[in-house]
Amino acid sequence: MTLAMATPDTDLDLWLEQQTGKSLLRFLTCGSVDDGKSTLIGRLLYDSQLVLDDQLASLRNESRNRSVGEEGIDFSLLVDGLSAEREQGITIDVAYRFFSTHKRKFIVADTPGHEQYTRNMATGASNADLALVLIDARKGILTQTRRHSFILSLVGVKHVVLVVNKIDLVDYDQDVFHRIVAEYRAFAEPLGFKTLQAVPVSALRGDNILRSSERTAWFNGAALVPYLESIEVAEDRVAADFRFSVQWVNRPNLDFRGFSGTVLSGEIAVGDEVLVAASRKLAVVSRIVTLDGDLDTAIAGQAVTLVLDREIDVSRGDVLARPGKVPEFSNQFQARLIWMNEEPAYPGRSYLLKLGAQVVPATITDLKFRTNVNTLENGAATKLDLNEVGTVTIATDRAIAFDPYANNPLSGGFILIDRLSNATVGAGTVSYGLRRAQNLTYQTFDVNRQVRAQMKGQDAQIVWFTGLSGSGKSTIANLLEKRLTAEGRHCYILDGDNVRHGLNKDLGFTEAARVENIRRVAEVARLMADAGLIVIVSFISPFENERRLAREIAGGVRFTEVYVDTPLSVVEQRDPKGLYKRARAGEIKNFTGIDSPFEVPEDPEIVLHGGDETPSELADRLHAWLKI
Amino acid sequence: MVDGQRLSHLQALEAESIEILREVAASFERPVMMYSIGKDSSVLLHLARKAFYPGKIPFPLLHVNTTFKFREMIAFRDRTAEEYGFELISHTNPEGLRDGINPFDHGSSRYTDIMKTQALRQALNAGRYDAAVGGARRDEEKSRAKERVFSHRNASHAWDPKNQRPELWRVFNTRLHPGESMRVFPISNWTELDVWTYIYAEDIPIVPLYFAKPRPVVERSGTLIMVDDERLPLAPGETPRMETVRFRTLGCYPLTGAIRSTAADLPSIIMEMQASRTSEREGRLIDSDSVGSMEKKKQEGYF
Ligand SMILES: Nc1nc2c(ncn2[C@@H]2O[C@H](COP(=O)(O)OP(=O)(O)OP(=O)(O)O)[C@@H](O)[C@H]2O)c(=O)[nH]1
Ligand SMILES: [Mg+2]
Repeated sequence: MTLAMATPDTDLDLWLEQQTGKSLLRFLTCGSVDDGKSTLIGRLLYDSQLVLDDQLASLRNESRNRSVGEEGIDFSLLVDGLSAEREQGITIDVAYRFFSTHKRKFIVADTPGHEQYTRNMATGASNADLALVLIDARKGILTQTRRHSFILSLVGVKHVVLVVNKIDLVDYDQDVFHRIVAEYRAFAEPLGFKTLQAVPVSALRGDNILRSSERTAWFNGAALVPYLESIEVAEDRVAADFRFSVQWVNRPNLDFRGFSGTVLSGEIAVGDEVLVAASRKLAVVSRIVTLDGDLDTAIAGQAVTLVLDREIDVSRGDVLARPGKVPEFSNQFQARLIWMNEEPAYPGRSYLLKLGAQVVPATITDLKFRTNVNTLENGAATKLDLNEVGTVTIATDRAIAFDPYANNPLSGGFILIDRLSNATVGAGTVSYGLRRAQNLTYQTFDVNRQVRAQMKGQDAQIVWFTGLSGSGKSTIANLLEKRLTAEGRHCYILDGDNVRHGLNKDLGFTEAARVENIRRVAEVARLMADAGLIVIVSFISPFENERRLAREIAGGVRFTEVYVDTPLSVVEQRDPKGLYKRARAGEIKNFTGIDSPFEVPEDPEIVLHGGDETPSELADRLHAWLKI
Repeated sequence: MVDGQRLSHLQALEAESIEILREVAASFERPVMMYSIGKDSSVLLHLARKAFYPGKIPFPLLHVNTTFKFREMIAFRDRTAEEYGFELISHTNPEGLRDGINPFDHGSSRYTDIMKTQALRQALNAGRYDAAVGGARRDEEKSRAKERVFSHRNASHAWDPKNQRPELWRVFNTRLHPGESMRVFPISNWTELDVWTYIYAEDIPIVPLYFAKPRPVVERSGTLIMVDDERLPLAPGETPRMETVRFRTLGCYPLTGAIRSTAADLPSIIMEMQASRTSEREGRLIDSDSVGSMEKKKQEGYF
């Protein structure tokens, strides 16, 4: 450094300028369980004198009966902040810690190594510029090391430091170090990291953390902290194409209408022409408003309010760009997806997708392949389990604006939310948009559903029965069809008997097959309704997600969900086909109600109580309710 | 504002916080912002004004009044509310008030539970708020370092630290079931130094108690307690004496330790903080009870 460092008491303003002028490095620690990630971060905090006296006192206390270094401290206790973590000696969730040296500020995310908590590692990685991949020198590269490295490449962490830890436990042996580094380099080659540096350390004893250790005289690279202080990671977000994500329409009175949001990338100046990605409407930026006064320009990262020169329709979720440099706008794209939920991801299921401020129902339409984290090979799969990574196509209910993640992480990263539990079940990065669907505009014939249905003198619609096997669905459905047909209506029943043996005979009874079964049935029902028919569907359809999917596929067609609520005790008693008995005996697997759940419909149009009335009474009740 | 082609560290923090505040306003039906009158709340308020300018802050501010706040805090609160014209809701636990719950007769933890944690739950339930914005920072305490920016709470306001939602990039999952709520921490990534530097750079008004001044104090097991009113019981022979002190954090006066200091302006405060070897929470008597006490309180609904 050529510049003398100011101190707060000699020149506060200069000192503050130097403080705030320091660059910031966001990094994370990752790697397999117990490799020493938390210990390393505790060590960093301790060595940079960030552990204050009152904290140190309580730390010494807590470190009794734990594995400690010469300082008498279990450093992992500095970061493992949850009681459960300290009890079990593992990290469960990511901890964010802050420290600075006189050269740089650091925000570090210490993430868990345990496989069960991989999603928390991904959380920490998503905002980091650099990763420390830790390895226990005694154990070498493990599955979790590979999995984490793969996730790093997935979320676009470009810089990696391979920290070969616990080097004290292998007697500071350089051969061990070199062997691990060579193996890791070979594995990481296809992951495309921009930089990959390796350093042997002992987190517990402090070797090669702040300065080079004599105990590893054979190592001539930089110690960890000096390396972190000097590495250049800044990506020039300002040079990228302009993207502005509208979060909030600011309309305090009739005279002001501004669009508040963040400049995701690029820059914008008053007088620049902008285009709304969805509507392709053009306008000119007339003001860039902030509480501190209007600005002439705003750059990537700034949160501002834009005022446009004309009244065009802009709302939350819209993305503004420059004409000629617009994001993709489509309802289909290919993406890489990391699955974060115990309940697997199946093609055909519907979720909520959030990308920037855009929230839209979305379906995984195709699972192209699953990536094996150990070999990085792609293989066929029918579902993605917890912590698995796959390549998928996603279809959204309406088109959204996005960029390939590699070009712009802030407009190419999305999450999937389960619509029942509201859990964040997956995180994805857009690879590229699929234009196929966009160009395939549905032909709107003059002859349409209404016309066809009118010719038959009816309202085309779908009546969807759900309920346990033996609850009475088919009996009631048949009675309903008879009654309607007698009245001159045109109906058709879709049920297991006529679909399972033909259209869906290639499907078994796994969960993935059941989803596909329902999807096909719903599509057929929709086509038949388009043809003007009253379609009566009678399937157990035990999952809320699939029933919702069916309703979505129905689109504008009237959809009546009929829940035949007959208690399990009653249907088991009836057991007309002897199926329950066999399921109880373990002869049939995945039998709904026995060893596979029936999710009670949340909001059916009508509930029929199968235990209380006769099928004929129930069919009458339904017939009257439908008013067909 | 723009320095060359890169935002400064404080500018980047400010923008991130503003984005979070806007996301709250846009995603929830009944958000509320916790206003504790301390320096972090002052920063939060400043950020909220920036986020929605020229509009007004689109949610009310909630102050949980334990009745033992420093008098200067209440005066500052009312002045600030009037100056900026935001909607201020002050809530005190009515049963606690009726029973005269205080830290002297009932002990600090029972008092805190009834007058702070329970009072907060009452106020959040009464307002049917689905999002409560707070000024907590991750650098304050170990369990806070673990918390998400959008932190989910079940219908009884409890935090489940072992089962937090993944939070990737800046894409926040704001979905809730009826009765559940979200705690949102826009200044999660700020440090104490960032807060003070920002207050200095932006000239943000703060309660004068942060600045050193001669004040009447008594010393109890090494902690300086300010005698803010006549409710503080004095031990036989104990007499308040004037000392030049200030506070690093503010809360209930009987539970907040002052530090001996002559730092009477922001530059001196920042200087003093840089030299200090203790953390700001040391002055808070309730946090030092036991290891993990903050996590436990948070699980019960404390902020
Ligand atoms: N001898 C020696 N022991 C170490 C070293 N680093 C860590 N340890 C010990 O390894 C054990 C695990 O350390 P942690 O820091 O908790 O490991 P972690 O990687 O954070 O584990 P998870 O977060 O649960 O994945 C502790 O007992 C540490 O004391 C080292 O360099 N040398
Ligand atoms: Mg750990």
